Amino acid sequence: MKPATVAKTDTPAKPRLTTSAMIASIAGEGQRTRPAPFGHALVACAQTDPTIVGMTADLGKYTDLHIFQQAFPDRYYQMGMAEQLLFGAASGLAAEGFTPFATTYAVFASRRAYDFIHQTIAEEDRNVKIACALPGLTSGYGPSHQAAEDLALMRAIPNMTVIDPCDAHEIEQVVPAMVAHRGPVYMRLLRGQVPLVLDAYGYSFELGKAKMLRDGYEVLFVSSGIMTMRALEAAKALEADRVDVGVLHVPTIKPLDTATLLEACGKPGRLVVVVENHTVIGGLGEAVAGLLMREGVHPAFRMIGLPDEFLAAGALPTLHDRYGISTDALCAKVKGWLK
Amino acid sequence: MTISPSNVSLERRAWNIRRHAIRMGEVQGQGYIAQALDIADVLATAYFHAMRYQPQNPDWEGRDRFLLSNGHYAIALYAALIEAGIVPEDELETYGFDDSRLPMSGMAAYTPGMEMSGGSLGLGLSIAVGKCLGLKRKGSDSRVYTLFSDGELDEGSVWEAILSAAHYQLDNLIAIVDVNNQQADGPSTAMLGFEPLAEKLEAFGWFVQRVDGNDLAAVRAAFDAAKDANGGRPSMIIADTLMGKGVPFLEARDKNHFIRVDAHEWQLALAALDERKPA
Repeated sequence: MKPATVAKTDTPAKPRLTTSAMIASIAGEGQRTRPAPFGHALVACAQTDPTIVGMTADLGKYTDLHIFQQAFPDRYYQMGMAEQLLFGAASGLAAEGFTPFATTYAVFASRRAYDFIHQTIAEEDRNVKIACALPGLTSGYGPSHQAAEDLALMRAIPNMTVIDPCDAHEIEQVVPAMVAHRGPVYMRLLRGQVPLVLDAYGYSFELGKAKMLRDGYEVLFVSSGIMTMRALEAAKALEADRVDVGVLHVPTIKPLDTATLLEACGKPGRLVVVVENHTVIGGLGEAVAGLLMREGVHPAFRMIGLPDEFLAAGALPTLHDRYGISTDALCAKVKGWLK
Repeated sequence: MTISPSNVSLERRAWNIRRHAIRMGEVQGQGYIAQALDIADVLATAYFHAMRYQPQNPDWEGRDRFLLSNGHYAIALYAALIEAGIVPEDELETYGFDDSRLPMSGMAAYTPGMEMSGGSLGLGLSIAVGKCLGLKRKGSDSRVYTLFSDGELDEGSVWEAILSAAHYQLDNLIAIVDVNNQQADGPSTAMLGFEPLAEKLEAFGWFVQRVDGNDLAAVRAAFDAAKDANGGRPSMIIADTLMGKGVPFLEARDKNHFIRVDAHEWQLALAALDERKPA
């Protein structure tokens, strides 16, 4: 992917931003955050559940598993930069009665280790919890680290539960829910200073349930992960323009909460817009579209997601604008569709 | 509780395993029979000399675990499981049929005594590492035996596991690699050369023994040393085997990963085996 050439003009050039560090937070300036919700939640669960062990492929620090390591050093297994080994070994530990939380980046689990997850974990029905950082476009490092297709791949595995949580508040609840659920789970994970948004909505996570965070009669955003945060911001911004926007948060991608989706998307007169931090291929958008078509529910329907391209490297704010998943981009698209 | 050695010799156990395997091959009309014949001595030693298990309770926590990483050797493992009483003998005839608990490729989900789904190849040692870590965590003295094929040495994940087992000093891991020097596209040494293998594995920190995999006495001694003389290291038994071993016309047949056996030849194979029945 070649960088665009910078045109010379008379007007002052927009400042070019730099790529943030891998370890940088997705939180906007001034946004409320909580530190390492995944790591702390795992420690809390492990205090009462001795079967929980943590495992990583040389990304403990980068997946907040180091928090667990500090609390339970003898229950932490560093497997080295070997993702296939990581998940095969997680299967083995699970077969011996443990509840392994195995972490790496979403790209490596969904690409390099896919066969191991499919065969040794899902097909053997092992109680392994796969928690992966850098979901979708949350890194400006380039396609090697941008997991644009992880949800499509994980959805396609039978017996796999797939979760894309929005914020720190949700992650804190997803972890014990994963422990309570018997079976393999894939969870996208946010690390470091994670935005805190859903506590203000009286929200609580339930596995397999989509929840309406705010209602609106003109537009319904159907979203998951960080895009729910964006959808809520866009809804507020559009409200100022007198557009009435609802947001349905769908953190469990598989199994999909078909009843809630059909009911919400079936409400007449509303534009349904699925927004995802994922390629438009095979993610939440196509899952919802498929569901609606199968069930004969036909709202006005649009999708916003990452394009079917190798994504560029660069600063995340620039990239999110460029690929249409920033709050401004969401607002602009919706206004355009409503004309 | 180990299976009682009783008065059945190890030679006879290996012969029984070969016989069950040929009968399954006949039921299916085809199968990885040359591999089953070459590994029968290793399986006899594992199930009738080395391992601890309860036939009526294949999930007994105190058992030694046996992982079949080379899932296509399922026919061989079923033969051993039938001989061991873990799989009822009347299920032999169902091998490879619809709704059978004995599919052509080993599956963990529904076959008694099958601890992993090995069809994809190269998975077993990583799973074994996890099991060994778990067993140590539980303070269990059970061991994990993992059988894999020489072709699997081509898979990088196998070497990840080899590194890891040494790193974690998993002396409860005993792996056996079947070096029959044959894989799908031809002789293993011509596909992706892995020799000198023993030296490589020793350099990786394993306790290594290389034996004639069809010499029962040598195989038995190797299994014993793997338990008692590993010096705190994971053990690898490199078993050099002859495909088709026990049935001379199959031993002599052109080496092929999936050996050709014509319909009438199964009975000939049984007859050839019966001529060499040990006491």
